[in-house]
Amino acid sequence: MVTSTSRRHEGVPVTQTAVPPAAAVSAGPTPRPARRRSWSGWGFVGPFMAVFALVFLAPIAYSIYLSVFRTQLIGGTTFVGFENYARAFGDAQLWAALGRVSLFLLVQVPVMLGIALLVALALDSGRLFGRDFFRISIFLPYAVPAVVATLMWGFMYGTRFGLVGNINDALGVALPNPLAPDLVLAAIGNIVTWEFVGYNMLIFYSALRTIPTSLYEAAQIDGAGQWRVIRAIKLPAIRGALVIATIFSIIGSFQLFNEPSILQALAPNAITTYFTPNLYAYSLSFSGQQYNYSATVAIIMGLLTMVIAYVVQLRGMRKEA
Amino acid sequence: MTTTTVTPRRSTGPRLRRARGFSADRPRRSPLLTVLTGIVLVYSLLPLAWLLVNATKTQADLFSSFGLWFGDSFALFSNIGQTLTYDDGIFVRWFANTLLYVVLGAGGATALAVLGGYGLAKFDFPGKKGVFATVIGAVAVPGTALAVPTFLMFSQMGLTNTPWSVIIPSLISPFGLYLMWTFAAEAIPTELLEAARMDGAGEARTFAQICLPLLAPGIVTVLLFTMVATWNNYFLPLIMLKDPDWYPLTLGLNAWNAQAATAGGEAIFNLVITGAVLTIVPLVVAFLFLQRYWQSGLAAGSVKE
Repeated sequence: MVTSTSRRHEGVPVTQTAVPPAAAVSAGPTPRPARRRSWSGWGFVGPFMAVFALVFLAPIAYSIYLSVFRTQLIGGTTFVGFENYARAFGDAQLWAALGRVSLFLLVQVPVMLGIALLVALALDSGRLFGRDFFRISIFLPYAVPAVVATLMWGFMYGTRFGLVGNINDALGVALPNPLAPDLVLAAIGNIVTWEFVGYNMLIFYSALRTIPTSLYEAAQIDGAGQWRVIRAIKLPAIRGALVIATIFSIIGSFQLFNEPSILQALAPNAITTYFTPNLYAYSLSFSGQQYNYSATVAIIMGLLTMVIAYVVQLRGMRKEA
Repeated sequence: MTTTTVTPRRSTGPRLRRARGFSADRPRRSPLLTVLTGIVLVYSLLPLAWLLVNATKTQADLFSSFGLWFGDSFALFSNIGQTLTYDDGIFVRWFANTLLYVVLGAGGATALAVLGGYGLAKFDFPGKKGVFATVIGAVAVPGTALAVPTFLMFSQMGLTNTPWSVIIPSLISPFGLYLMWTFAAEAIPTELLEAARMDGAGEARTFAQICLPLLAPGIVTVLLFTMVATWNNYFLPLIMLKDPDWYPLTLGLNAWNAQAATAGGEAIFNLVITGAVLTIVPLVVAFLFLQRYWQSGLAAGSVKE
């Protein structure tokens, strides 16, 4: 699904399914076979699978095919086996990009999910004035396209006429430029956090709402306090949602593309063409015409993401047993 | 009071408040917690306020006035007028393109997800496990790995630079499929299906007349999420489209923004900002108006353990 790369939440749909398997298999959307086995189910599932084969399975197969060939202006296309993979292994730019998204992942994801979880718990506690207003307002940025969010924050980051510039003028200070090379990753992290705090909050909040009230009543009879209820009931009950959100966010980080690519116009010196692996793969293809190597980079990132998502899922779900 | 413990969570009488200390409905309000959560609220809304305020400014004011307050002029309407007419009204064209991609892409994606999710939830058929494994396995592959080969494939089929190159990949929403699957499993009692079949209704008719109404909240939820995905899509059109006449809003706005940086390009930041406002308004409105539906759909479908 090409769509998925463009934005983290679009990555979300893709991988949401990648995670639910655990939830789906254990809880099971189908508690029992609805009827005896027959082919009629295919009439419903068939259309989805036909398009799925065209836009998912065929490109994956083609990608693998591309990655084991080399195309040259002179000499045409030759089979090279794992040569492209060997090149990737020693590619300093790819490693630098990978390091950058890993750092991003380690800092941005916990911050974003932490805030989302706290807000969800606050909403669920029922102790807020104006709960519905909070919920819908904090969710709102999710409806803003990544392009608009990035342009907007890009303007605000401006030291000349943006908010940062305004503050500098008003207070007579010189705040660091968010678009300078050493800060630009944090600036991107802020944009992504802004876009997806509300979305994750809503996922957590929906999960919290499905907890049966009887559990709270039992806890109350046992004399448990708020924090104990959160630790012993709420957090375990929404572990599935937490794991899902973590995996989406990991995949979103590895696929980081829109925000850096749009900010590039404002900060060309800070954001290189290989700033993230995805940007690198894009540049290789569309500026460099290196389709084979680009497919290789994409496959490596795909495998890496799958492995990490799988490990997180295993670790996250293990305690449930 | 003990008998009230079986009362469903939402039907709380005033006398229940004290009895159910942690239940989410009517505990004591906390000003401190409200203020703390308010910080996140301000963080979420402030940039949008900035956007709205600055959509009222001329380009000159944009540079000279304080970002969070209005400038000397109130140019919102002239900005909107200019946005809609600039470059022979290309913005309107982009808006129409976006609508086209959303109607066909998100609409199609929802239709496929509803059919597929229902099929997976309510039928047992040969290859069902295979379908599950294939979808799960393939969606774990990030879009990156698919973008380039999809572009090359579509370009060989002559589809790039046409609306189809954006619409066709938008048709698959595995998240939508999963959501409908879990939703249909819950919302449609199997007994009801058996009864309809016993009465001699065919599968298509059973689905259309009995199941579709029951699936409505799930359908709204899936539709909204696929709509956002298509409306906000940037990467896919960026790869597939060269001709600005086929751009969606996201790509068009970015092109306007980048225009200032090109040699001889006219800086039109006021139009970028006003265009951004016009881009987000339809989605915000859709979310606000349909929130009752999509929230119940989300709660019932996506995250339940």
